[in-house]
Order: sequence, then structure tokens, then C-alpha cells
Amino acid sequence: MSIAPQPLQSQPEATQGAIISLEGVGRTFPGVIALSDVTFDVLPGEVHALCGENGAGKSTLMRVMAGSFPQDSGTISYRGETVTFASPMDAKRRGILLIHQEISLVPELSVAENIFLGDFPKLRGGRLDTKKLYRDAEHVLEDCGYDLDAHAIVGDLSLARQQMVEIARATAFNCSVVIFDEPTGALTNQEAEALFVTIDRLKKRGVGIVYISHKMKEVLTLADRVTVLRDGKVTGTLSGEKITEREITRLMIGRSLDSYFHRARRRIGEEVLRLEGFGVGGSAKTVDLSIRAGEIVGLYGLVGAGRSELMEAVFGLRKITSGKLSWCGQLREISSPKDAVRLGIGFVPEDRKEQGLVLGLGARDNTSMASLRRLVRFGFMDTIKEQSIFEKYRERLEIKVSTAKTRVGTLSGGNQQKIVLAKWMATAPKLLILDEPTRGIDVNAKAEVHALIGELAESGLAVILISSEMPEIIGLSHRIVTIYQGEVTGDLAAEHVTEDMLVERVMNPPERFADLLIG
Amino acid sequence: MKDIGRPSARQLLIAAAVLVLLTGGATVPGLFSFDNITQMLRQISVTGIIALGVTFVVIAGRLDLTVGSLLSLCAVVAITLHDEISPVAAVTVPIIIGLVVGCINGFLVAILRLNSLIATLGMLSVLQAVALVWTSGQNALIDRPEATWFAVIGRGYLLDVPIPVLIFLLLAALTAILLGMTRFGREVFSVGGNEIASRFSSIAARQVLFTCYMISGTLTGMAAIVFSSRVMAAQNNSGSGLELQVLSAVILGGTSLAGGDGGIGRTIIGVVLLGFIQNALLLIGLPYYVQWLVSWVVIIGVVWADVASRRGRVLA
Repeated sequence: MSIAPQPLQSQPEATQGAIISLEGVGRTFPGVIALSDVTFDVLPGEVHALCGENGAGKSTLMRVMAGSFPQDSGTISYRGETVTFASPMDAKRRGILLIHQEISLVPELSVAENIFLGDFPKLRGGRLDTKKLYRDAEHVLEDCGYDLDAHAIVGDLSLARQQMVEIARATAFNCSVVIFDEPTGALTNQEAEALFVTIDRLKKRGVGIVYISHKMKEVLTLADRVTVLRDGKVTGTLSGEKITEREITRLMIGRSLDSYFHRARRRIGEEVLRLEGFGVGGSAKTVDLSIRAGEIVGLYGLVGAGRSELMEAVFGLRKITSGKLSWCGQLREISSPKDAVRLGIGFVPEDRKEQGLVLGLGARDNTSMASLRRLVRFGFMDTIKEQSIFEKYRERLEIKVSTAKTRVGTLSGGNQQKIVLAKWMATAPKLLILDEPTRGIDVNAKAEVHALIGELAESGLAVILISSEMPEIIGLSHRIVTIYQGEVTGDLAAEHVTEDMLVERVMNPPERFADLLIG
Repeated sequence: MKDIGRPSARQLLIAAAVLVLLTGGATVPGLFSFDNITQMLRQISVTGIIALGVTFVVIAGRLDLTVGSLLSLCAVVAITLHDEISPVAAVTVPIIIGLVVGCINGFLVAILRLNSLIATLGMLSVLQAVALVWTSGQNALIDRPEATWFAVIGRGYLLDVPIPVLIFLLLAALTAILLGMTRFGREVFSVGGNEIASRFSSIAARQVLFTCYMISGTLTGMAAIVFSSRVMAAQNNSGSGLELQVLSAVILGGTSLAGGDGGIGRTIIGVVLLGFIQNALLLIGLPYYVQWLVSWVVIIGVVWADVASRRGRVLA
């Protein structure tokens, strides 16, 4: 990374001169305290990083700041005066812009149109002043130092370039606070560095920046101050030389990594799945991978590195373009999820609400969805057996539902995820693929899911774990396979893996690590 | 019954329909007489049989608008084949046509992934044209209706109950079992509720959708046999507009247009309610086209109720 840290002059009275400051802010959702008594502020020209594990309250906090929903308690002041944001538009008007992980542009429109969306320059009579639109857009892009064509259609641009358009929009609207939510999640190294240059420019213009990232290195390099959240509370704010990885981690988890995760005992059996020269979709890259019974293999890579695509191909949801797949020592072809389930593969997908559950159906119906074939007797559904299977998992996973018919759309994220897990456990799989199994669920449910993964492996199941959370993947896996742009860059025994080792292998071209591959 | 405290939009709508019905019963003489009820049930059995099939398609989250002109086509085929070939052909060929059309619809929607509204709307016109070609624009009729066993299907009685009503009830029982008690039925609900999640759960969503259209087409073929046997003649546009009557009955019963929620029992309620209302309008002496007005008001009202209750639930 080329950006040198720029320590801010010491500012003991932080709230003085803050653009926005939150005092004692709390927010409760049904059954969950998402934020409690949070104090946070942003000074002009600083990068204030926000750290914490998934579910710690980061996203709730930034949404409160950006006006997505109001706080239950506490106050927000903007340039010294107390404000209430009625809507995200309201916050935007005051100059607070949230840049999401997911880009929110109109893909069919041009760069310039997107930059000025909602505020087009108009001629008399209401006609669009196209000349001025593109002139202004070019000016803004130049100002940001972006080499972007104002006429280009946004949908044709890479993700990194789309993000630039969003940032250009922020500049055009003279934002005073820009909140970045995991901005480098889908970027390459060079793209990320370009982003850091932009952040630096914004800083110099006196814009306050809130930077949310899981990547310790970025936080250490960019941040002037770091605030750490845990379970909805601020556990500390660090500045200057106090910003160290050790300190941030301590504040984030409050205990050391080893005691937080209990790695399953290693009782490795026969090989279950082997991929050789396995290629998916457009990328010509191929993957070799092997997993044995009782083993938890972590699959780590950036978003867009091809982790989910790879597993979807194993599960028969995508076409395989090259290579072989062996199951329990025999060559097999899996052309549909039906084939996969028949062999004994379960797949807990990344997007629980879209891919994992039918939200309008009941808890029991969702639980039996993948094992309907086993629940048929004389042509009819065996509802007694179905009910008893549901009860079994409801008890074992401690799923909190009032009745078997309760619509799963009304349940909390943790209970929803448990139902997805129960659905796959009910198929008695030999291999369980878990794609981000703890995303968006509360801390307790997370711990339960972690414990369950360990138990399943100890009972002889092979588990492939995809996760963006490094502590989770390091803490649970026996072996970690890293992926960069569809290629395997490392196969590491988890006991000795550090976060840095993972970061290096998922951010850089694989050649550098060719000699490190285990096999 | 936790909803009693605050009735859902759908419950309000059903209550309104029942209220209209009771008012009708009090003011329209003879509405609830045995004869009138029998007649009314005989009339709705054709709509009812079609609605059973369409229920599968709607629960799977799609539409089937072909049923109107499919009924026209199957009816003219049944009538012409009766005299030209045999009564046996008249009770078999329409079912085969229904099945084939169901497969075409299934191919368009499930395999080619076309929008079901547009695809079946297109097929509606295609089938109407085929019916016209088949009859060369003429109406068809059976020469000696009194001399054929074919008439029993639509005109006969068993223990004072019209045969069409019995056929409707039998098919209702069969489809209720298929939808409520089998694996296929369960899959229809999950595909309608969330097709992607169903695929991720190893359900063959395309096959399920395809089958739903096959069921809908086949039942429409059967309904056409009942219809032509009752009338003993068929115009090439007999079923024109029927698709909307059927759809309004299905959603009036409470099957959600959004998919994933519904049932055969609900469809029966919807068909009977709509039948009574239209019958009452006829008895009052309002012209036939007022029925159209009512159908459309019902559709719009029910769609609103559906959306309103969904909003309440999802955002709760």
C-alpha cells in the first residue's frame, strides 16, 4: 500500500468542531439491542474507522448516521446543532453520503447522468441541458483525478469504476461526510490503492470520512482514529500511536482468538470430494481441491474471487467448463442440485432470504424442503414423520418458533439460519457447504452456529466453510484454501495461519505463492 | 385465529362478499331456493373445474390466461367430432388438446422462461384463431341432442344432483389431495414462494411449473366436455373472457397472486361466492355485461386486499 499513514494532530477535545456527532445513541430492534449508548463523531478532514465483528452494530450505526432509520435514544448533532434525519434524502441534503458495499447506480445511464441524478441542469422550459451536464461531470471527474469517460454507460464499467462514479457523485454534491462500507471488498489491489488516493483527496478538502472495513491493514494505514464496537456498544476509541492491530482485536473480541473459537477435533476419514482441474464459467482458471470426512476446509477469498461460483458448480447450479469431480473416490457428474443432494451434498447459500428460505412458508415446510423425497410414503407426504423431524431439529438447534407453521419471514436472522441448517441436516449429507453461515445473525446465534459446525465435523461430516470473516475462518477450519481471481493461491494448515497470511494470498497474483502450495 | 382482533384485508373482502350474498338472499326472491342453487352450481361447475387447474398455476406464482379460448377450442372440437366421428372422440380429444396446450404453455413459461402473462396472453389469441379456423367461423351444434349418451355428462342428474356438479366435486377432491398431500403439491408452494430457494433445495422448479400448466390445460379440456354436453352446441368464442372469471374466483378465494399461498378449498369458496353474486345479479334482472363489471371490481378489490395484507405481514 502506497499511502503513508497521516497521523492527525492530537485533538483532545474531539467533539469540538465535529461535523457530525452522536451522543448516547441507542437503537433496539424486536428482540435485539443493536446499539446502546454509542458516542461517535467525525471531524473534518479525518478518517475515522469503525471496526467490529459482523453483528456488532456497525451497519446499524452508519444507517442511523445516514438517516435510514432513527435512533431510539440519544442525540445526533450536525455542525453543533441537534438534528433529526427524516430520511436518507434528508441526510444527503445535509451532505452525508453512504457508499454501500452494493453499488446503487442506474446501470443503463451514463456516468454523467448518474453523477447528477436527481439534480440535472436544466434549460429554460425544463429541457435537459446536456452540454452543461457533461461539462460539469467532466469537471467533477477531473477534480477527483479519475480517468473516466463521462459518456460511458455505468453498467459497462467494472465494479471499481462504478464505485468511482459514486464517489464522484459525493464530490459533486459537496458532501461533508462520506461513509464507506467495506469499499475494497470487490476491488483488486491497484483499484484499492486508487481508492485510497481518492480518500486522501477528500480528506484534504475537509471532508470527514467514516471507514468501515474488516481488513486490518487498511484500517491501520488509513485511519486517524478507530472506534471499535462490540455487541452494540463502543468498547474504545483509539487515535495516533495507540492504533495497533493488537489493541483493535482486543477491543473487538474482548478475549483472545483461541478461546473464542473451539476448533473441532481432527478425526479425518476417507476422502469425500476431489476436484481436479475444475473450472467454472468464463474464467479459464482451474481449481484442485480435496476434502475428507470430518474435515473443515475454509475457503477464503475476496468477494468476486470465485468462491461462491465454485461451490455452486459443485452443487450443480452452474455449468462446469473443465475438469473432473470425484465423489468418494468415483468420478461423478453433477448437473443439478438434485444430483448433488442424492450424492449427499448440502449447501447453505450466501443469501438466506433469496436462496435459502421460502419466507412465506412455515418453519416446518422450510425444514423439509430439501428432503421431500425421503418423506413420501405410498405417494403421500408422511406428515407425522415430517413433524417429528422438525421437532428433532427444533430441539437440537434450539430454534425459537412459536409453532411449526410460523412463517419464517417473521423470525430473526439467527433462527432463519438455523432453519436453513436444519433443512440440510435433515438430508443426512456427507458434505456440507456453508457459504457465509453467520452473516447478519446476532452474537449468540453465531456462537451456536460455530459450535454446531464443530459438532457436525466431529460426527464425520466434511464441511467446506466460505467466510469473509477472518477470525471465523481461522478459528473453525482445519485447513484454509485461499483463492485469488478463481485460482488457488494457498492451502494452509489453519493452526499456524495469521490474518496477514490470508490477506496476502487473496490480494496478490498467485505466481508469488506457487512455491508455497502444499499440493 | 389470532387475527380476529384485527381482520385482514382478505377477511374483510370475504365478509363483504358474504354480506352482498345475504342481502341478495333477503331481497332477491328465490336466490336460495333448492332449484336455483342446483342450477347455479351446475353453471359454475365449468368455471370451477378450470379454476381448480388455474389454482396450481397461480400458487406456483404464474398466470394462465389461455383457459378461455382453450375452452372455446375444445368445445367446438368436442361438438364437431361428436357427429363426425363418435361421442367417444368427443370426450377424449378435447382432453388431449388441453394436455398439449398445457405442455406448450409449460414450455414457454418453464423452459423458455417467458413472462407468463405475455406468453399465455399470446397463446390465448393463437387458440382463439385456431378455434375459428377449425369451425371456419361457423357455430357448431349436435344434430340430435336427445339421442346421445354424451348429453348425460352435462345434463344428467344423479340423486337430484347435476352430473357436472358431481364431476366438479370429484375433480376438486382429487386436486385437493394432489396439492395438499403429495410431494408435488409441496413443491408447487415452494416454487411459488421462492423459486431460487427451491432450486437451491434441489427441487426441479421447471418440471413443477411445467406440470402445473399441464394440469391447468387438461382440466380445461375436461371442463369443455362438460360445457359442450350441457349446451349441445358451441360457438367459437364460448369461453371468451372466461380466463378473467376464473382468475377472479381463484383470488377471491384467497389464493395469492404473488404465489406460494393458496388452496383448492379457497378456490371452491371463491367460485361459489362469485357464482352466487352473478346469479343474484341475473335474478335481479341486470344485464349480462354487469357481470363483467362485477368480475373486474372483484379482481381489483382482491388484488388490493392481497397486496395490503402482504405489506402488513412482511413489514411487521
